[in-house]
Amino acid sequence: MTDRKPTPGATRQQLRPGLRSWLVHHRSVALQTLKDIADQGLANFLSCLVIGIAMALPTLFYLTLINVAQVSERWDGQPRLSLYLSAGAKPTAVLAKVSGLAAGSDVDLISSEDALMQFASSSGFSDVLLALDDNPLPSVIEVRPEGSVREVGLLIEELSRLTDVDDVTADIAWIERLNALVQFGEYLVIVVGLLLAFGVTLSIGNTIRLSIENRRAEILVVKLVGGTDAFVRRPFLYLGLWYGLGGAVLCCLMLWGSMLLLQAPLHVLIASYEASFSLRGLMVADVAALVLIGVVLGIMGASLSVGRHLRKIEPQ
Amino acid sequence: MIRFDAVSKRYPGGRDALSDVSFEIAERQMVFLTGHSGAGKSTLLKLIMLMERPSRGQVFVGGQNLARLGRRQIPGLRRQVGVVFQNHQLLFDRTVYDNVALPLLIAGLGQKETGRRVRAALSKVGLSGKEGQLPIALSGGEQQRVGIARAVVNKPPVLLADEPTGNLDPVLSREIMALFGEFNQVGVTVLIATHDLELIEEIDHPKMQLSAGRVVS
Ligand SMILES: Nc1ncnc2c1ncn2[C@@H]1O[C@H](COP(=O)(O)OP(=O)(O)OP(=O)(O)O)[C@@H](O)[C@H]1O
Ligand SMILES: [Mg+2]
Repeated sequence: MTDRKPTPGATRQQLRPGLRSWLVHHRSVALQTLKDIADQGLANFLSCLVIGIAMALPTLFYLTLINVAQVSERWDGQPRLSLYLSAGAKPTAVLAKVSGLAAGSDVDLISSEDALMQFASSSGFSDVLLALDDNPLPSVIEVRPEGSVREVGLLIEELSRLTDVDDVTADIAWIERLNALVQFGEYLVIVVGLLLAFGVTLSIGNTIRLSIENRRAEILVVKLVGGTDAFVRRPFLYLGLWYGLGGAVLCCLMLWGSMLLLQAPLHVLIASYEASFSLRGLMVADVAALVLIGVVLGIMGASLSVGRHLRKIEPQ
Repeated sequence: MIRFDAVSKRYPGGRDALSDVSFEIAERQMVFLTGHSGAGKSTLLKLIMLMERPSRGQVFVGGQNLARLGRRQIPGLRRQVGVVFQNHQLLFDRTVYDNVALPLLIAGLGQKETGRRVRAALSKVGLSGKEGQLPIALSGGEQQRVGIARAVVNKPPVLLADEPTGNLDPVLSREIMALFGEFNQVGVTVLIATHDLELIEEIDHPKMQLSAGRVVS
């Protein structure tokens, strides 16, 4: 048998044509598998469709979430904070502090006297109230803060730490609830996404398993004439890649279609809360991410399947 | 070139298919392996290809102890050993050209060189001009010759054949055997398993007979 260890010089000389033919083989395998897929159009289209749907579900969910989060983030319904001052406090001093903290916001002082007057005139208990020695109502500072929900939340914390402020109430409870819901939704997207990614991987793996079965004879012959594991594996990895890519493309098309359908009703719904709302649809970065995820899942599913099944096919 | 050292092979749950087989085939030799059905001829060839591993003893190919080759090194060995099967093991959905080119594709040869060698191998076996056909459109003898072209296309130093004339008529069989003789002439070590004694009687090459897993002559 010839010496199989080439001299270093020979290796260097052979490397470039070797590398080139390796690349050529990759390209021809890629094209060949693509052609094989195209030859069995409908069946493979359905396989890709399953992958696409599985990818579209969590993505659609995710897009909905982003849009809802966007509403709560840019909420311009201006919550109103009421700061109830303690009995001994000097309202004007507190007012100065609050104005400092909530720079840029509308700040109003309603002194306990004003409050009493207001209450008296609106409630009809004026006689009784004016007869009291002590004013039972606290002074109140009203703040209409600028900024996002998170910023307002921080401001509330700061304000309630002030001495002389007994209590801070805010009418932003519903937005907090919405935020909590969005956060929960984010977890849900991750969990559902992971489950479906697992499903996509298995589904691609299964498709690849069938293809391995179909090409059993070919694998045997390739192994008989000295094909390496990498050589045998290559067409199946490309097959996985194409399935993943096809699934991702179909997923994007379906999402685009869904967005088109949902845009009008969503607009009506959300514009009633926020005039400046514009739907955050599928962006280039999302498409790129989906394609990447599809391709990675495709190759992963294929390599899992190939690893499990190719070893069992040995020439006898 | 091929050496068996006290080799025994027992398939799981069976009796010994080969027992205590020792022999050596020198480089550039051509040897016929004969014996009744079930004598162990195919098993012996499979041990050389590492399609099976011996239960006892050692096999050497080109000075290389096959026991030392791991799974990952098997492809390297198989590229050094061309094989021809009775049922030719062709890919029926690929053209004759693609079938013959397969070992070169695996070896990573460039397209031009591949084309040159495939045409040379096909012309050697008398199938020039059939490159574009599918094997199904060929006769049995032609299919067998495609298998031979594939076995020799990457110029392996060793050529094995298991019943290469199994279902061919005498004239075709003689042609095929002559073809192996020609490869032997140019320096290939050839080992052919056959039970067509009549055919090889007239050919002047060493014969090794197996009987019930033992070398008897
Ligand atoms: N994969 C296997 N598993 C179990 N037993 C086997 C296996 N392959 C072969 N045998 C047994 O080993 C013995 C030798 O078989 P082998 O195929 O080597 O014979 P052969 O000389 O090639 O016969 P033939 O001329 O019919 O091809 C037989 O008894 C056979 O039953
Ligand atoms: Mg046999």
